[in-house]
Amino acid sequence: MGEENEAGDVASSADAAVTITGVTKRFGDVVAVDNVNLEIADGEFFAMLGPSGCGKTTTLRMIAGLEFPTEGSLKIFGDEVGTLPPNKRPVNTVFQNYALFPHMNVLDNVAFGLKMQGASKSEAASAASEMISLVQLGGMEKRKPSQLSGGQQQRVALARALVNKPKVLLLDEPLGALDLKLRQEMQTELKSLQRELGVSFVFVTHDQEEALTMSDRIAVMHEGKLLQVGSAEELYDRPVNRFVADFIGQTNLIDATVADADMIVLANGTKIMAPNPHLAGTKVAMSLRPESISIGASDDIPEEFQATSLQGEVSNVVYLGHSHVYTVEVDWMPLEVRTNATPTSQVYKPGSQVAIWWDRRSDWVVPDEGFSS
Amino acid sequence: MSTTQKELRGASRWALSLNAVLVYAFFYAPIALLVLYSFSDDDLVGRWGGFTLDWYRAFGQNDEVQNALGVSVRVAIISTLISVVLGTMAALALERFRFRGQRVFDALLYLPVIVPDVTMAVMMLLFFTQGISLLDSIFGIQLSKGIATVALSHIAFSISFVSIVVRARLSGMNEKLEEAAQDLYASKWQTFRHITLPLIAPGVIGGGLLALTLSLDDVVITQFVAGPGSTTLPVYVFGLIRRGVSPLINAVSVVMLAASILLVLLSSLAQRARGGQAT
Repeated sequence: MGEENEAGDVASSADAAVTITGVTKRFGDVVAVDNVNLEIADGEFFAMLGPSGCGKTTTLRMIAGLEFPTEGSLKIFGDEVGTLPPNKRPVNTVFQNYALFPHMNVLDNVAFGLKMQGASKSEAASAASEMISLVQLGGMEKRKPSQLSGGQQQRVALARALVNKPKVLLLDEPLGALDLKLRQEMQTELKSLQRELGVSFVFVTHDQEEALTMSDRIAVMHEGKLLQVGSAEELYDRPVNRFVADFIGQTNLIDATVADADMIVLANGTKIMAPNPHLAGTKVAMSLRPESISIGASDDIPEEFQATSLQGEVSNVVYLGHSHVYTVEVDWMPLEVRTNATPTSQVYKPGSQVAIWWDRRSDWVVPDEGFSS
Repeated sequence: MSTTQKELRGASRWALSLNAVLVYAFFYAPIALLVLYSFSDDDLVGRWGGFTLDWYRAFGQNDEVQNALGVSVRVAIISTLISVVLGTMAALALERFRFRGQRVFDALLYLPVIVPDVTMAVMMLLFFTQGISLLDSIFGIQLSKGIATVALSHIAFSISFVSIVVRARLSGMNEKLEEAAQDLYASKWQTFRHITLPLIAPGVIGGGLLALTLSLDDVVITQFVAGPGSTTLPVYVFGLIRRGVSPLINAVSVVMLAASILLVLLSSLAQRARGGQAT
């Protein structure tokens, strides 16, 4: 698997909703988006994930036409839109903090796009009311945005975009301003709305849980580069580098050197079985998810896991109801281990000497490039 | 201890109240006097001779006053309309675009606010004198100072004030709203008409009323650039004083004062209107 041009290898199909080829965006000397290749399928719920400043919002704004690429090609359903202004593109955006027009009521907000496209007042109003009912705001038509709650404003923003029947709906951190409970509700609702309409949703977030919950596919971006595109499972189980491994979920990243195609050597000289495609001597990192690790007494390691085990000392244990989270100090670093807690499970107190082991299919070796957050 | 504190607090409160009374008296006693004597039935400006409305009647009937008033109103309307358009455009350019030399433009735009009136007046006079003779020598166009030069000078200083007020409003407005409008198929012009303008309208109206007030009140600059037949009301009043004072001045001043207060009030009302909704 290559790194940033992985998505570029995908054969370009004409019916893709959005095709981004070699797109770079510079603001003066700053490279906000660096040679991104990306294809978003029709009807897909697609997330762009990354820490702030990674270029995900700039990429979204380029699809919307609010920024133009410095280099590269950007197509929407096969049509080049590179420098087309936003009002000439068949996409609509749900803005961060909604950007509802404060001097217009809900109905006028939602009808705005239709009116601008030349619909008559009554056509626009009836289509708008229909969409307002769809997002469950019937009866609120005459209210001003300032008279609505955050969740209601969010729905108006959705209705205002969707009423235009966009070919692609762009959402910029749409749930960022909502509190946790409302956010979870809206996640489910957005997902079912997307299924119902069958339109591609392209959605930007810095919240990996949100991305994992809602999306069919996720693009992870960092410092303007597209690191990996894939399903939640692919990103979680087979991250392409250190940054993705660290950014998606929680993981132990253990520095190592490749011995051969099956073995790596850890910092203290321990050899661990870890199949990998790298040359002997390559610096790598092994990603080991806390929940993939088992814990037991020092002499208790099952035979088949001898080659994927380490000795250590428990330095801390936290009980979370459904699980115990151990911090196990191996020779040179602490590792996090998460075990299911059942009434019969053995609990190791801080200070206990323990062994930890894992299935060799659950470790994952990534090149030691990239970044750790 | 608490008693002394209370006493101290009482004393300082009393002193502050006295201060306030004195300050307000200092501000408003002259105004009260002016208004009072504008109703005085005596030929001397500062002597009470019983109540009369004669001076206001004279104000209404005096041709020179009426001419000056007409000039004032015309100049004020022309200069306000033009400076509102130019000032709003300048504000939009400075607030919405990034361009080379923007900071210099920014500083230069506000120069007329700090340049002393007399300096501005001399500058304008020099400019018009040179400009008129240049036009004459090159194109043979014969121009002289008049309403046009007065209006141009007023526009020159009003633009700054308008753009300050409009910019304040613009900077409080969420730029995302304009992006949202364009995303919803509005052209640049439609975006301005349906989103930007309604949201900055209080600033535009406020700036316009401010420009109107400034134009109606200006004496120094107008006096330098006015020609025969383009005497404005304040300049006329100024002239009256030199020719010998009559209580007519009081009446004219009261009318101007009332007009100014009304405009400033309207201006601040307009700026406050829908104040919370700019975001």
